[in-house]
Parts: sequence; structure tokens; C-alpha cells
Amino acid sequence: MGKFNKMGRGGGSSNNNNNSHWNQQQQHKFKPKWMKPESNVKREEKDGVTVTEYTLSRRQLKRYAGRKVVDPKLLQKYSKGEGVVQKRYGRKNSILRHKMKKKEEKIHQAEEEAARTETLLTESSGVLEAEEGTYTAHITQKDIRNAVDITTAAKGFDLQLPFGPYKMRFTPNGRHLVLGGRKGHLASFDWVTKKLHTEINVMESIHDVCWLHTEQMMAAAQKEWVYIYDNQGTEIHCLKKLDRVLKLEFLPYHFLLCTSSESGFLSWLDITLGKEVIQFPTRKGRIEIMCQNPYNAVLCCGHAKGTVTMWTPNKKEAVMTVLCHPRPVKAIDVDPSGRYMATTGLDRMVKIWDARNMGEQLQSYLLPHGAMNVKFSQKNLLAVSLGNVVEVFKDVISGGASKSYMTHKADGIVTDMQFCPYEDILGIATYKGYSSLIIPGAGEPNFDALESNPYMSLSGRREAEVKAVLTKVPSNLITLDPFTIGQVDVPTLQEKVDAKAKLIHVKKPEIDFTPRYRMKGKSGSAQKFKRKQKVKEGQQREYLKAAMEQRDTLLSDTTDNNTKQEDKPSEVLDRFKPKKKVQKKTEF
Amino acid sequence: MSIKKINVISRNPDQYLRETKRDIHKVQRNYDPDLHPFEAAREYKLALNAVKLEKVFAKPFIGSLTHTEEVSAISRHPSRLSCIFTGTVDGEVLLWDIATQKRQWQVQGHNGKVWCIVGAPDGNSFFTVGNDKTIKRWSLEDSDLPIDTWLCDTMVTGLTHHRYRQEFVTCGQRMLLWDVGTKAPKTSYDWTTTGDRSDATTTCVKFSPVQADVFASGDHSNNLVLYDTRAREVKKLKMSMRINSLAWNPMEAFILTAASEDYNVYSFDIRNFDNKSRVVCVHEGHTSAVTDIDYAPTGREFCTASFDKSIRIFRTTEAHSRDVYHGKRMFRVNCVLWSTDNKYILSGSSDHNVRIWKAQASEKMGILAPREKAAKNYNEELKNKFGHFPELRRIGHHRHLPKHIYNAKKEHRAIKDAQARKEANRRIHSRPGAVPFIPFKHRSVVGLQDEIPSTSGFSPDQSGGGDEDDEEEDDM
Repeated sequence: MGKFNKMGRGGGSSNNNNNSHWNQQQQHKFKPKWMKPESNVKREEKDGVTVTEYTLSRRQLKRYAGRKVVDPKLLQKYSKGEGVVQKRYGRKNSILRHKMKKKEEKIHQAEEEAARTETLLTESSGVLEAEEGTYTAHITQKDIRNAVDITTAAKGFDLQLPFGPYKMRFTPNGRHLVLGGRKGHLASFDWVTKKLHTEINVMESIHDVCWLHTEQMMAAAQKEWVYIYDNQGTEIHCLKKLDRVLKLEFLPYHFLLCTSSESGFLSWLDITLGKEVIQFPTRKGRIEIMCQNPYNAVLCCGHAKGTVTMWTPNKKEAVMTVLCHPRPVKAIDVDPSGRYMATTGLDRMVKIWDARNMGEQLQSYLLPHGAMNVKFSQKNLLAVSLGNVVEVFKDVISGGASKSYMTHKADGIVTDMQFCPYEDILGIATYKGYSSLIIPGAGEPNFDALESNPYMSLSGRREAEVKAVLTKVPSNLITLDPFTIGQVDVPTLQEKVDAKAKLIHVKKPEIDFTPRYRMKGKSGSAQKFKRKQKVKEGQQREYLKAAMEQRDTLLSDTTDNNTKQEDKPSEVLDRFKPKKKVQKKTEF
Repeated sequence: MSIKKINVISRNPDQYLRETKRDIHKVQRNYDPDLHPFEAAREYKLALNAVKLEKVFAKPFIGSLTHTEEVSAISRHPSRLSCIFTGTVDGEVLLWDIATQKRQWQVQGHNGKVWCIVGAPDGNSFFTVGNDKTIKRWSLEDSDLPIDTWLCDTMVTGLTHHRYRQEFVTCGQRMLLWDVGTKAPKTSYDWTTTGDRSDATTTCVKFSPVQADVFASGDHSNNLVLYDTRAREVKKLKMSMRINSLAWNPMEAFILTAASEDYNVYSFDIRNFDNKSRVVCVHEGHTSAVTDIDYAPTGREFCTASFDKSIRIFRTTEAHSRDVYHGKRMFRVNCVLWSTDNKYILSGSSDHNVRIWKAQASEKMGILAPREKAAKNYNEELKNKFGHFPELRRIGHHRHLPKHIYNAKKEHRAIKDAQARKEANRRIHSRPGAVPFIPFKHRSVVGLQDEIPSTSGFSPDQSGGGDEDDEEEDDM
């Protein structure tokens, strides 16, 4: 209103203008009427308790109308994609357009509702800050154990075990731990309550261990074959199809046990059926470094030539090969969201890659030694092991990790490590045992009980197991982009070109024609054959004619541009003209 | 100590575990997409499961009501949801309670076949039409004598009642409009275009439930005729085959669906009756003549009875049937009825039975718990979303058919192919344009007959059986 006055557009009654003018000038002296507390607050005493009632003025109501607007950044997190471009359906099909619009509105609503639930999350992420002048890297595990509450302090512990070097694995809900020692020691326990499930010596070397879909079953890659043990340590299966295995991975949504072997074979085994999905040689030699991408269930393998290859059970060739290091790759890990991949090599580098757009290196860090292990946490902390030292970095993706966030010196060379899901714990397995380190800010504080629940009851586990088997994703849906199944199957340009090429190089069709029987000597074998040939040739000729026509129209489209340049009739003396330089096409 | 601030995830189990065994389990949710990978693939698998479960639970047959003779007519009770009337070929009229599957009332209504049973819209009575040239009106109280009886001089094969007025139309050798209060017909609708009277016998007649004055009929000379009681405006469409039964879409007043002798069902848009776009959809699938048709009260679906011993359910917008029901002992189906609560389909067949089917083959009967309902809705949505995937479509469309239908289908396919081939050959070897391409929709429609028939009006004082007859004969 004040603006209107200044611009001389006060077309309203003079009274009104005066009023607004007064407001503008007096605002700094008096509180406006609606801000006075007496006008909208009503206090009553009932049974000795004052009951206060607030009534909102019309202006306030307008200001706070509707629900709170969701932060666009949060919406971005829960976004299900930008949706279909409405224009594509054109103006003609208004019904379809309307349907699409309605559907999209629903999707947006779902996104918004999901984003709103963020306020309901109860737990907060871990934090560690050091006093000024000191670094968090100087804080030792002992300091942390002294500083935190007693239950958390109990989560950091050390186990001295004689059968090392060890391999270890947490369950997806972060509750149970399995340890496998090279000298045959196999132990599984609930590491939070420290309750031992089983402890046996398999009397063979163990190369890797892995949980299956629940803590009831685990797989161990032993000297010759892969064995499956149950919670009591009973050997349930001996998988002789999987021999000389070095690395085990379990795809929980596909129920596939994936192995890589000494002879360079990759295999996928469906554990619900006990059947092998596929097994094939990679022809890349011994595969010791393998991890799964939890976003798309593709296996990533590291090789001595410095390459990282990605494999699915649907293709016997690598779906992707990337040269990551000039020296042998030593460790790979993909973060739980599947966005980033970390690789380390003997060239002492740790490189962070965009896992969805491989080939794009995001960051690289130089380490004092080549790191033998690398692991992402749920909150994208990166742990790296250098001999017997474990270093944890923060903000590796944004490039702010010039100094390590935490360091720890283990009493033996670190052979395996993993961040515990939904906990601020890093488990490290060494030559001499196992220790769990408290790394504040590592884990996702709020779990989803329908996906993985650390507090799962027995009946809950049974229920979840049945539901998980029912939604077992078919192995043929494993692709680099896991959303392929939900997308419109638009043929690529290459496919279109191939289809056209097929049209051009036609094969004449085989015509199956049996001549009818005719009377009066016309159905002798020679006559019949003649008739048959006639029909056959006629039809084939027609087909080819049509194909040729089609080809001509196709070719005329493509050759039009070339012929236009040479429209002028050539003259006799043209040959003495300087030759035109052929312009090189620059392609971007 | 150089720690300034420290916070480590430390959950209190009491907040995550139920307090007592009688409590429900606590379920913490976090909708962060990173914690829910493979969303699309898992949804696809769920859709696949939903389709498979649908097939597992597809058991549509509920029960049968046994008669002593072939069932020829079936009708809704005018006021009670769970009751139906049936009529047999030996003239019996029966009242059944569907819930208990028990007969409640029975009467020898006619001498000969009961052609048609129609409930009066006032909810107190119903009409039956018999092979004995009589129309009877019965009270809903259990009396064995009709309230009213109309005697006709010609054969009557069908009846339809006006939705609001006390009028009804009968078909047969003549189309007559009757007033419930009088004993003689008010008007007759006849036409001059067909020479032979017996040829012009009408097989079916139906009042529109929405445009209450409009009604349609189908006759032995393959005509589909539209009437209006106010204007006597008539539009007559000649088809290539006879129309056995008619039904109006209760939700879209302009859609008229006709069950034809040529195995197909045709949906017409009566607004476009004059032009080419009158046929909205041709519903294929039966392998023999379609005898009866009835719409679901939602107007989205209809069911058809056929001589091929099966009934089919069609969606109004789709050319092929959604489902087909058949039984080992079910013989030719004469009449079909979709219940008013949209849950059941009743079919009367010549094996002396009325069969009760579920309208949705895999639907669970009884009251659904809220979670069951939510699961059902979710599965429906998944099927919508992924239904076009080849694997889902194959499973969802698979039906086990009896051998005779399977073989007949194959045979019809071969015949159709042969005809198409022949036509194509003819087109190749003829002058361009000499063999025009006629879309499948228009093939069975011969065309609109332009003549507006002369209608002989009856004034109430002019009523007299003999006179009418004379007039009629002159007209014909």
C-alpha cells in the first residue's frame, strides 16, 4: 500500500490512503494491532489451572494457511524422477494426457508425504568434534570409550584369536558377526550382546565368509569348496559346484550367492532352489577382489592390470570395464546408495568414482602406502587400511578429506573390515583377531524395520523371510540401471539403425506351397514342380521388389545431402580447376 | 582429552521392542530411498505374484439352482436384492433366494415356455410372458393366481416395462405398447419394409433405463430398430445376422449393446446411428450364437450367454472378453443375469440349472478386513501398472477352455484367415478401388433403412381385437 502511495497510484478512498500511510510511518514506534498479545489470547482459570486459548487473526491464518511447505532439497532426496514430458502426447489425446497428469500428481504427492516423514525419525546421527587446536584424528579409541555411555563403550572391543588372518562379515541388520580364520576357525555371534552362536574349526583353510539371507545360515569358502553352515555350526550343504573360491558375496534381494574363484570363474547360485544360475570364466585370471554394488546387484571385480570390471549373470562378458589404476587394483567398494565407488591400487592412490557414470573420477587421494582394504560407511565415511593402520576419512566425495577423520593402529595387519550397518562401528579383522572401533557418524541412525531390523523378533524374522522369498527379484533383471524394468522401452538409435539395415539386406522368404491336385495329367511330378516354382518365384520376386523400393526410399533420404553438392553440370575445362579441399568434419 | 563433542548412535531397546507380549510389534519406518533398493524390480515381482495368485484363486462357480426343465428366462426381483425369478420351458415360474440357494415359491404360470419375466418398477409385481399368447402380472405375495392377464391374438416373445409410467411394450409377431390399466394395446409399432409378417417377428425388446421413452428391438429380418414412445421416431438398422438380445448401458444412456447370431456382440452409439461411427466396439470371443446379454450395474462390464455352452464377461471398451466361464455339465446357456450388487452372475442353461458365478473369478467372498482390502487394492494397482509385461499378460490371459470351444476357435480363425486371404487376392487382381477395404466394425452392418414406418395408433375407444387385425393385415 505504501508503495502505491509513493507511485501516485492511490486510487482508493482518501481515508484508506491515510491509514496505510500512518501504518508505514508509525510502525517502528508501535506494534501493529495484530501483534498485541491481548487481542488474541484468552485466559481462563479452570480448577486452579489456567487454560490459554489462542485465536489467530485473519492475516495470521492466511500466512500459515495449509501444511508446512516441504524443503525442496528434501523433496529432491525422495524424488522419483522428473516424470513424463506432457508435450509428447500432443494435444490430440487429451484423455491420456489427463490420466498421465493425474498419475504424476499422485507420484508427487507420495514424494511429498515421504519427505514429510523425515520429521518423525527419532535418532540422530553420530558426531565427533575435537577441541580447538587439535584434530579428531588424535582422539583414540580409548578416549572415545571413556567419553561415551557404558552400552556404547561396550560396543568397542577386541578379540585375540589365534587362527588368523581373519575374514569377517556383518548381517544386513548389523546385529550378528561371522569370523572366519585362515586356519579354519569359524565363529558367529551376536556382537551386541556378545552371545556366541557357534564356534567350530573346519580343519581346512577358510578364504572368505558370508551371511546368507538371515543369521541362521552362513557360507564359508574353504580350501576346495563352499560350505553352508547353520546357526549351530552344522554343515548343511557342500557346494562342489563352487570350487577354489576366494571371495563370496550374497545378493539379498535376489537370493544369489556369488563367488569368484582362483581360476577366474564367476558364479551365481540361487540359494532358494540350490541351483546354479550361471557360471562362466572371466578370462581375467585369479579374482581376489570382488564386491557387489548394492544399488544394482552388479558384481565389481578388480584385476592386476588396474582395471575394474562389472558383471551380471545375464552376460558372459563384462558389462563394463574401467581402467582405474596404472598398477594392480587392491580393493574396491561401492557405497550403500550405489552412487560412489572407491578403488585403491598399488599406486598408493584412493580414487572415488561416480558408480553410475563410470569413467568419471570424482576425487583421488594419495596415501603413504598402497591400501589393502577400503570400505564405505552408510554415511559415506571411507575407511582405508594401510598395513596395521586404519584411517577413516570424512567428506571424501566432496574432496574435503585432506586429513583423516580418525585413525587406529591395530595390533596386526588388517585383512578385512566392514562398517556395521545402523551402528557407529567399524569392525576390523586382522592377523591376530578382531576388534570393533567406534567411529561416530558412520552409521545410519534410523533403520527401516521392514527392510532390516536389528531388533527383529523370532516371528518377525520368519515373516520377513517368507516375504523376502516372495519378492525375490529374478536374476535376469540385474542390469546396470536397476530401474530399466519400470521405464518405457524406447529403442536406441543403434537399434533403429540396425532395424533399417535389416530392411535393406533382405533375405527372400521361403515359400511353402503345395500345388493342388489337378486332373488330366496336370499333376505329374514335373508339372507340379513347375507350378510350384512359378508361384514361389512370383511371390519372392514381389517381396524383393517391395524391399528394393523400401530400400530406395531409405537410401534417397540419406543420400540426398551428398548429391546436392554436385548439382552443376561438369564442363570440359573443369579438370584444370584447383581441387576443392575436402573439409574435415569435426565431431564433438 | 581433546573431545569437544561426541555423539554415538546408542539406541534404547525399550523404544524399539514391544512392552508386553500382547502388544503389537513396533515397526520403525524410514522412507529414505537408499534403504529401499530395487524398488522397480521388487514391485514387478509383486505384480507377478499378484497375477499368479489371481489365477490360483480364480474359482468362480458358487452353486446351482436345480430346475425340472430347461431354464428359459431369468429376472431380478423388483425389490429384493437376493431374490431372482426364473422361468422354464414347461411354463413354471419360480422364485429363488440366492443366499440360501432355496426355492421360495413356484407356480405353473403358463402353458408352454416362459419367454420372459420382467419386474415392474413399482416394486410390487412382475410380468411373465408365455408361449400361450398370454401376458400375466403377478403379485409378490405368494398367491398362485395372477393379478392380471392379457390375452393376445398373436405370439408374444418378449416384454419390457417403462421405467416410470405404467406402460409396457411386448414383442413377437407384433410390437405393441400396452397400458397396465387397460386390456387392449395402446399402440402398435409396425413397419412396411418387410413383406412377410412371420419374417418380421421381433425377438427382443428393451426400454432404455435412462432415456426412459426410448426402446429398441431386434427381429427375425435382422433389423435393429430404435423407437421413441413420444415421437414415434424410428431408426432401423439392417444387420447381416439376427439380433438375439439387447441391453442398454445403465450408466451411458447412448450405448446399446446387441447380442448377435453371428457370435459377436455389438456396442452401438445411438447418437451416431445415422453415420459410420455407430458401432463403437465389436466384442468377439464366442464360438456360437450369443443368446443373451446383461449389463453390470456399474456399466463398465457386461456378460453374455451363448450356445457354445459358456458365458463370457466383457469390458465395455474392449473387444475381447475379460473372462470366460464354463462347466463340465453346463449345456447351452439361454439367459444370463448380472446381480444388482455387482458381485454375482447367474446363468440359466438348458441342462435344467441356474448357475451362480462370481463376477470377479478370484474375489474373496465375505467381508474383507481392512488389511485384506488394502492388499487387494495394492495388487489391483500393481496389475494395472505391470499388466502389459509379456510374462504377466501371458499368465493373466491364460484360460483353460473346453475342447469344443478351443477347436471351434481354431476353426473360426482358419475361416477368417481364408476369407481375408481371398479378399486380399481379389483386391490384388482387380482394378484399384474395385474391392474396397471395409473395416471389421462395419462388415456386419448392412445399413440404415430410411423408411419411417407407418404406425397405426390406437385410441382407447377404438379398442377391439378384430378391427386391429384387419388394419394390420392391410398394412402388411
